[in-house]
Amino acid sequence: MIRYTLKRFLSLCISLAVASLLIFFVIEIAPGDPASFMLGINAQPDTVAALRAELGLDVPKFERYLAWTQGMLTGDFGMSYTYRTPISQMVADRLWVSLPLALFALALSTIIALPAGIYAAARRGKTGDVAVMSATQLGVAIPNFWFAMMLVLIFAIKLRWFAGGGFAGWDKGLGAVMWSLTLPAISLALPQAAILARVMRSALLDVMNEDFMRTARAKGLTTTQTLWKHGLRNALIPVLTIIGLQFSFLLAGGIIIEQVFYLPGLGRLVFQAISARDLIVVESVVMLLVFAVIVVNFAVDLAYATVDPRLRART
Amino acid sequence: MKHFVSQLALASALSVAGFAAHAANTDITVAMQLEPPHLDPTSAAAGAIDSVLYSNVFEGLTRFMGDGSVVAGLAKSWDISNDGLVYTFILHDNVLFHDGSTMDAEDVQFSLNRARADDSTNAQKALFAGITNISVLDTATVVVTLDAPNGNFLFNLAWGDAIIVAPESIDGIKQAPIGTGAFKFANWVQGDKIELIRNDAYWGTPAVLENVTFKFISDPTAAFASVMAEDVDAFVGFPAPENLPQFEADPRFQVLVGSTEGETILSTNNKMPPFDNVKVREALAHAIDRRAIVDGAMFGYGTPIGTHFAPHNPAYVDLTGTSAYDPELAKKLLAEAGFADGFETTLHLPPPSYARRGGEIIAAQLAQVGIKAQITNVEWAQWLETVFRGKDFGLTIVSHTEPMDISIYANPEYYFQYENPAFQELITNLNATTDPEARTALMGDAQRMISGDYVNGYLFQLAQLSVAKAGVQGLWANAPTQATDLTAVSWAD
Repeated sequence: MIRYTLKRFLSLCISLAVASLLIFFVIEIAPGDPASFMLGINAQPDTVAALRAELGLDVPKFERYLAWTQGMLTGDFGMSYTYRTPISQMVADRLWVSLPLALFALALSTIIALPAGIYAAARRGKTGDVAVMSATQLGVAIPNFWFAMMLVLIFAIKLRWFAGGGFAGWDKGLGAVMWSLTLPAISLALPQAAILARVMRSALLDVMNEDFMRTARAKGLTTTQTLWKHGLRNALIPVLTIIGLQFSFLLAGGIIIEQVFYLPGLGRLVFQAISARDLIVVESVVMLLVFAVIVVNFAVDLAYATVDPRLRART
Repeated sequence: MKHFVSQLALASALSVAGFAAHAANTDITVAMQLEPPHLDPTSAAAGAIDSVLYSNVFEGLTRFMGDGSVVAGLAKSWDISNDGLVYTFILHDNVLFHDGSTMDAEDVQFSLNRARADDSTNAQKALFAGITNISVLDTATVVVTLDAPNGNFLFNLAWGDAIIVAPESIDGIKQAPIGTGAFKFANWVQGDKIELIRNDAYWGTPAVLENVTFKFISDPTAAFASVMAEDVDAFVGFPAPENLPQFEADPRFQVLVGSTEGETILSTNNKMPPFDNVKVREALAHAIDRRAIVDGAMFGYGTPIGTHFAPHNPAYVDLTGTSAYDPELAKKLLAEAGFADGFETTLHLPPPSYARRGGEIIAAQLAQVGIKAQITNVEWAQWLETVFRGKDFGLTIVSHTEPMDISIYANPEYYFQYENPAFQELITNLNATTDPEARTALMGDAQRMISGDYVNGYLFQLAQLSVAKAGVQGLWANAPTQATDLTAVSWAD
């Protein structure tokens, strides 16, 4: 297990280093200069030059890359060009919105999807299965921004149960925060739940055809017992993979939902930073998301090994 | 298309109106599309900074009023020497900054010197270019000397870029601005909102409102939902004109339609063939149906213009007739210029809907006379780099929102590259003239000259569109500068 973990960890470090290089230099290629953007069309060339110097943009790219990566190792991402505040602070503030939203959505999606998938697998071919599968088909097909607007229309504008958007703020308490994140979380969660339910169902069905399942039945377990004791554990691997991928997607993919609900999260930060050519912010946030994805995958890899001891032996 | 569908869907289900608890009548939540990048009006061009802070938190020696006029601000009065070179400003006394320190002549000297310094990052540094000296006579008297008479000087001092700041608080201005206005900065949750509170030590008429929250909602659909769900009390610069009739029909809301300083033009690269031929530019002008553009792109909001000047300005000359819609004439002119079969060019469109929607309509209208415009959608940063600085474009659509900016045509380096010594001389004369009547006459000549030279395709004056709850009173309908002046706003009982 230690060897396995070390190996995974090494690959994590290499991935991060390559990612930082790619992210920095690909994003820096984008046309447009943050200083010119800040100062607009009436600015004189000497003013733009003065601002570029103030922002440290007159330093060669590679030096900036080195400074950026070195800073990141200590948790310092540098200063935003437009906001002029430390990026780590900005990201931390935004994470207090995006992280709860992603976790909330992930929890909702898992809570809905796993029972639905298991139920459908157990009732394979029967009405219950058809109903669940039709619902998930719909869930996969509906774009989440459209679904979000429908939720706003019904629950915010018509019924007035929720605000049309915005974030309550942690100073209002956990309840208010959860309330303000409910519609966004539902609109993020349902399409994910649909996918997850389908994966759960098919994984379970695959496992049910395995020889060991027949053996379990043969030694006298009931269908339900077989399903719970032997089926579920083995079906969980693909499901875990999808959950891992979904978390990264939910964290990064909130961009559109954060626009629809005007939430001050990471997605919105990236959106604003891109149009203002605040490239250092874009690079840092993308790097952070890559870090999150890689770490989540690392955790999922370890989880595999826990669920399936064969993986430990093989590597 | 996404928006269109969503708004249709939203629109269809709005027959039921509910009632939210009314906020305390000294609080207001005002939404706008763009969030300020930071809070220093003197070192960025972002209009969003002024939209939040102008007049509310920061004040200058003079200031704009809602009707566009310029009146006294922190300066109580002034005296101009006979040669027009020396301005002596008398400041209001007992003006305090929000940190409790006194605003005096030295702060004025510091602010203006900071704006014109060599390492200044003031986006409108040119406004201060004519200043040769600023001296302090006593705590309430400042003398500003210019190198040449400037009829616009008091107007220039009213800009948000010329507000008065203090040397003690300048270092923190980007995050925690300290001004002299009727509201104090309280809090900024980046990406979400900025909060102001009433300044009880204000030197002038105190504000009625106690708490002000500015919310930033960029998506047009979200903007619509926020007003409909009554999450916000007003939305200034409402981004979805197609929804306005619905608000107009709803007794809960009022719709304010005002003017801006934004001349929306089909900017033409005057140095790039075939646009260096005035006949081609004239053809372009006659190929455009302004009414169709205003109706199609702006849902009817906007005033057609025939020159680069705001129609609400007393010196405006209506020259729409010079470039009346006449596709047959356009074809004839093109044939005379040697382009009977038309030609191909590029049309760069920045993000605002006036450009993206208007651009599609203009491309279709140009196609009618044989001009094939290849549309390229660009972001602002890219537009600044390729179009504005690189001058690598044929046509582009942009709204020039700076007030009284006809003098940009006197700069041959400006991105549309109009070079006419006669016009440059006219602007030099205008700047040196202080007599109002003579200025009006010169401004009329300037408008006629660029209209007659068909420098750009003049489209329409951008409208300022706002929606507010019915009880909100005192909001500016017009936008003579980027500002949301809340100092006189209150709730009706």
